[in-house]
Amino acid sequence: MSKTSVRKLNQALHHLPARTKLKHWHILQPRGTHAVACGLNLPITVEIDGHAGYYCAGMNQLATVIIHGNAGVGVAENMMSGLVHVKGNASQSAGATGHGGLLVIDGDASARCGISMKGIDIIVKGSVGHMSAFMAQAGNLVVCGDAGAALGDSIYEARIFVRGKVKDLGSDCVEKEMRDKHRVRLAELLEVAKLKFKPNEFRRYGSARQLYNFHLDHAGKY
Amino acid sequence: MCGIVGLFIKKKSLQTRLGELFSGMLHCMASRGPDSAGFAIYGAAVPPGKLKLTLRHAQEDFSWQELAISFERKFKTKTPFTINSTHAVFVLPAKEAAIRRFLREEYSQVRIMSVGRRIEIMKEVGSPASVLDRFKVRQMRGSHAIGHTRMATESAVTTAGSHPFSTGQDLCLVHNGSLSNHNRLRENLKHEGMTFETDNDSEVAAGYLAWRLKKGDSLARALRNALKDLDGFYTFTVGTRDGFAVVRDPIACKPAVMAESREYVAMASEYRSLAGLPGIEKAKLWEPEPAAVYCWSGQITE
Repeated sequence: MSKTSVRKLNQALHHLPARTKLKHWHILQPRGTHAVACGLNLPITVEIDGHAGYYCAGMNQLATVIIHGNAGVGVAENMMSGLVHVKGNASQSAGATGHGGLLVIDGDASARCGISMKGIDIIVKGSVGHMSAFMAQAGNLVVCGDAGAALGDSIYEARIFVRGKVKDLGSDCVEKEMRDKHRVRLAELLEVAKLKFKPNEFRRYGSARQLYNFHLDHAGKY
Repeated sequence: MCGIVGLFIKKKSLQTRLGELFSGMLHCMASRGPDSAGFAIYGAAVPPGKLKLTLRHAQEDFSWQELAISFERKFKTKTPFTINSTHAVFVLPAKEAAIRRFLREEYSQVRIMSVGRRIEIMKEVGSPASVLDRFKVRQMRGSHAIGHTRMATESAVTTAGSHPFSTGQDLCLVHNGSLSNHNRLRENLKHEGMTFETDNDSEVAAGYLAWRLKKGDSLARALRNALKDLDGFYTFTVGTRDGFAVVRDPIACKPAVMAESREYVAMASEYRSLAGLPGIEKAKLWEPEPAAVYCWSGQITE
């Protein structure tokens, strides 16, 4: 990336024909450049050899993006499908608003991981920062380490699985019973990420659904 | 937005490259703050009993020689000085209060940018690249420097509203973010005897720190108190005589990345600014935690 512009790179990736033979790309010296490999829409593999900047692999469809380093703010934001794998740590808002696909983070993710997620599956092998899964609507957030303060604040129907400690839960987020269907789904996700943990090591959190409707008893709070 | 960078060189032989490495970092943050830029650089210390004074006059052809002669008459001593664009650095064996009173009465157009034994603060309106060129930062040497590129949101684009803000001898502050309780806090601090030059929110944060330090707080304690009393978004970096400190608000919306290797400790708003540092691939990298105070006081190795 020290020799080419991010626009040139992304356009080259966007303009690939559907049946391209150029299925495997390496991006060298990313040097924290923003918006690398955004908007991909073919089943190709892009490997980034170093630390990526903001919004890496945003809006991804079908592609596999592997970051051999850390990722900046908003990695895989608004992903639709495909796989994004961060080998290092991820900054804030990883997987924000993602509709589908899988985001795997080998290290830690900082604040607001999975904010407003809409169907994406996120697996963090380390810990997540505060306000993770804020207003999360659908999908699964799997945290093998600990979760920071206000986990799942104002959550809708996304599921959160945490193996370690949770500092505290946000508004309307509660611990829920781990039923068989949850264990099956969690086992599938752990297998995809090649993790040896058992579903029983995790606890499940989700919405108490108390914020969905206005309660007259709460009128005084507004 | 705004961009912040800080670099402390641990290895003495690398100190000759401080200006060059720091310029690369600050230049990279131009996209976060194109309106004005400034920096504080910590070079060789003046002997005890003397003060290094960085002054600014809006006109580049202002006669610093005439001011030097006035200083000599007033304080009965030789006052060596060096001119750097709109700024000049003087060395004076006098007390800060006496210098401030003299300038206020005799040279009200001259602004004091910084006072201390090592610090020099320089800042101007314009693109970071033009500010770096104007002050020839690439050639500067020293142990550490912090800098700021400003995208103005809360108040006018002026030199006085640019960062860093001096917060006491050899201390200064840069800020990325915006404070929501700065008006009331400014009034409270005025009652405590603090003075302000602008409507800028970051100047209030600097005034707050200066006030806490005056009250006897250590820097770490002053920053922990700031976490209680300052409302808004912020990543602060504070330059000190022998290092720097970093603190982010509890929500931590404003970014910060830190790096440490055997040769340096660095912080920046974005990793991009660190990417050009030597050996960054092997440096330890991390994001400062929200509402945690990081004070780094440097040990220099040969």
